[in-house]
Amino acid sequence: MQDRTNDFALKIATVNGTGSASANTLLMKSIFRSGIPVMGKNYFPSNIQGLPTWYEIRVSHNGYVARSGQIDLMVAMNAETYARDVREVASGGYLLYDSTWPRPTVFNRQDITILGVPLAQMCNENFDGLRTRILMKNICYAGVLAALLDLDLERIRELLAETYAKKPKLVDANMRAIDLGYGYARKHLHCPLPLKVAPLSQTANHIMIDGNTAAGLGCLYAGATVAAWYPITPSTSLMDAYKAFADKWRVDKATGKKNFAFIQAEDELAAIGMVLGAAWNGARAFTATSGPGISLMGEFIGLAYYAEVPAVIFDVQRVGPSTGMPTRTQQCDVLSAAYASHGDTKHVLLLPRDPEECFYFARDAFDLAERLQTPVMVLSDLDIGMNDWPCPDLKWDDSYQPDRGKVLSAEQISKLEKFQRYLDADGDGIPYRTLPGAHPKGAYFTRGSGHNQYGGYTEDAAEYQLVIDRLVHKFQTAKTLVPRPVVDRNPRVDIGLIAYGSSDGAVREARDLLRARGININYLRVRAFPFGEEVEQFLEQHRLLFVVDQNRDAQMRSLLTLETRVEKAKLRSLLHYSGLPISSEFIVAGVLAEVGTAARVVGVSA
Amino acid sequence: MTFLAKPKVRHPSLPKNSLGLTRRDYEGSMSTLCAGCGHDSITAAVIEACWGLALEPQNLVKLSGIGCSSKTTAYFVGGGHGFNSVHGRMPSIAMGANAANRDLTYIGVSGDGDTLSIGLGQFCHAIRRNLNMLYIIENNGVYGLTKGQFSASADVGTQAKRGEVNRQPPIDPVLLALTLGAPFVARSFSGDKQQLVPLIQAGIRHRGFAMIDVLSPCVTFNDHEGSTKSYAYAREHYDPAVNADFVPFAREITADYSAGESLPIVMHDGSRIVLKKIAPDYDPTDRIAAMAKIQAGMRRQEFLTGMLYLGRGDREFHDLNEMPQTPLNAIPYGQLTPGSKGLDKILARFR
Repeated sequence: MQDRTNDFALKIATVNGTGSASANTLLMKSIFRSGIPVMGKNYFPSNIQGLPTWYEIRVSHNGYVARSGQIDLMVAMNAETYARDVREVASGGYLLYDSTWPRPTVFNRQDITILGVPLAQMCNENFDGLRTRILMKNICYAGVLAALLDLDLERIRELLAETYAKKPKLVDANMRAIDLGYGYARKHLHCPLPLKVAPLSQTANHIMIDGNTAAGLGCLYAGATVAAWYPITPSTSLMDAYKAFADKWRVDKATGKKNFAFIQAEDELAAIGMVLGAAWNGARAFTATSGPGISLMGEFIGLAYYAEVPAVIFDVQRVGPSTGMPTRTQQCDVLSAAYASHGDTKHVLLLPRDPEECFYFARDAFDLAERLQTPVMVLSDLDIGMNDWPCPDLKWDDSYQPDRGKVLSAEQISKLEKFQRYLDADGDGIPYRTLPGAHPKGAYFTRGSGHNQYGGYTEDAAEYQLVIDRLVHKFQTAKTLVPRPVVDRNPRVDIGLIAYGSSDGAVREARDLLRARGININYLRVRAFPFGEEVEQFLEQHRLLFVVDQNRDAQMRSLLTLETRVEKAKLRSLLHYSGLPISSEFIVAGVLAEVGTAARVVGVSA
Repeated sequence: MTFLAKPKVRHPSLPKNSLGLTRRDYEGSMSTLCAGCGHDSITAAVIEACWGLALEPQNLVKLSGIGCSSKTTAYFVGGGHGFNSVHGRMPSIAMGANAANRDLTYIGVSGDGDTLSIGLGQFCHAIRRNLNMLYIIENNGVYGLTKGQFSASADVGTQAKRGEVNRQPPIDPVLLALTLGAPFVARSFSGDKQQLVPLIQAGIRHRGFAMIDVLSPCVTFNDHEGSTKSYAYAREHYDPAVNADFVPFAREITADYSAGESLPIVMHDGSRIVLKKIAPDYDPTDRIAAMAKIQAGMRRQEFLTGMLYLGRGDREFHDLNEMPQTPLNAIPYGQLTPGSKGLDKILARFR
């Protein structure tokens, strides 16, 4: 194998509940601290203990964060999945296994290098207690990998010392396990492998953070005070993160009182109801959920749309339909979120590509929800939400002030002859609202039933239509306020690709790979719905457009055909819906299948 | 929820409360319920109660779900903020609103369908959180807007207008609320304004979850012979001499009740429901004893009414969650964000 320094993928197959997560985090962070861009993806079962789980680490000096689609080194620690794990190793790659027990299937492959280390045996000889032995076996393979990949042992020690700052004995025990693996590998195996790391300085001013944590942090910074939710994978850690941050930063030092309400609801219907009640009453309020929760929240989302109540909803998408595969990723709620609820409804969607955007879009979501007086949904997914991504340091501008939208103050209300809740006074489709208790003249009746522009009940056709048509106008205004798409376009290229959310990493890498083959493709990353004029332009500018969706039914393609002027025939879907994050290889293959040989598009090479 | 604005007819001699407001000032829009509906009497009782307490109208939040009962929030205190939400989900709106601003007064009006079927879960969990609100159930045993189906409070053996007999046992909101630990549980009758008004006032003033289940006959769909929630019979046999005085929260609630008074309601088969004032040996501060008495009464087809249970020292939602006296919606943004300096510290963990 040629030298693959800082450019390879390894995958660790273990059994969940055995503590392998600590070993994997240790490996990844030690690489990150050596200045090398690295990404970890966790493929775990919907289970607490005993089922197969994998952790994939992509080391890439190019900063690629997607799955490459190829595994160069497999750490096969799970007997149950040995056969398939062996199969998955790329030709010329490596397989590390626990040679304590004979594994005949390991030797089925002649085109890969097999590395055996008696991990269990070493741990049994050196540690007492079943649980400790199992945990240390994982740390031990990290030690072996440290030798094989040429990781810095000092980094590892430093990380262990931080992790177990309050339990120094554990640092020693863990380090002993690292040394066992490291020593064995140095003695018996050829170290390092061509797959190795060498220090860089590319991760300065970067952090490793998951999207749920970043989103929870964004909510804290946005000034959200009411958080209501019902536990559901993979969104729960967003609420956990918010609560942990709030417990630290929102407790009044003098009184010990909490400047936030954190409410575990009885179900998603109640969670969104609480968000609406709080936002209606002037607090910044949010919930986090996943696909099943969006289904359950539908009725209230429709009420919020029609009665014009702000709400922020994080949908960390997972595989559907129904319960689906709760610990696998997809982008399968695009349509159900865009049109959530019965009747004519349309909702603002924000589509972050990574944890960094989760943080900033969390802030934007509150500003937009209050500015537009409508629900705003942030569509993340499990890949973004639960995996650690390398991101530039998050920044906060201390001059930021929340946009509370058109909320009338007591003084403003007092000057009105009469408050009219749903009147389009400014011509932008956004009416003025009042908060309960503000002023005697500010009272109105909020209802999901037919109402006129003055806030009164109506069943009159003209009065009803006036309000429902203004909501369309408001949605047009939303187009000018939501995050703009990111366009990378060469005017001489007439093939475009549209993607959104977590597909971005794979698309960026795929474009590089295609470019290396002489195929240039323009790129539009949609960051919000409704689509603005830039999306329309990009659609018009290209004769052929690929639309990347991580769902079966081409939901973004459908949304584009419904909501823009584009001709449906111009759009080609690249659909990835296995539950694993999309890979660059998949996009390259999909594009090549459509554009054929590079010769057909050679004219666009630049 | 009406097409008609209610004309403001004022007479200079109308009595005024301490805010200088008359009862008219606590009215809402014109009711569109059927003439004689029990709910309108409850609306009148709420108006009387709020006027009597001299509530600032704009500080009143009126919450409801869907159904005849839920329409009534539009019919009282037009100067208050109403939120007519979705079916059975009023408690969650109330929870969120209350979390955002603890300084306002929250009255939720629901029905037996809205509370005991579609909204049963939210009702139960509002109690568990000890949400500080008054929750009124206008209980008539039927679904009115969809024309007379049984609700979950319909008694076994009661007959629908079209003759169907109910065989499923009812869910009793009073027993349920007591089981779940509600600190304030009352039952009344829409025709007994004397009893109802002080209960509403006590419920408003009470800190924590206050529930009043109000028997409120449906004149259109449940006012026939064979119904155990028939209004006509109730009115016929009602003894208007039975009154209760306004009972401020701080005083002993049972003190003003005359012992042993009962209000018999005769059903078509000659059996009776007895609306009974609290007996001298009834201790409304003993949850277990109260439940036993209420259940014993139900076995005899008597319905105890009044202040059935009042707990003491209960901590409401904000206390339980260690929240500040300042409403969350009034905390300046500057106190809510750790700023860029805080972010530097936070990010250290992710390096």
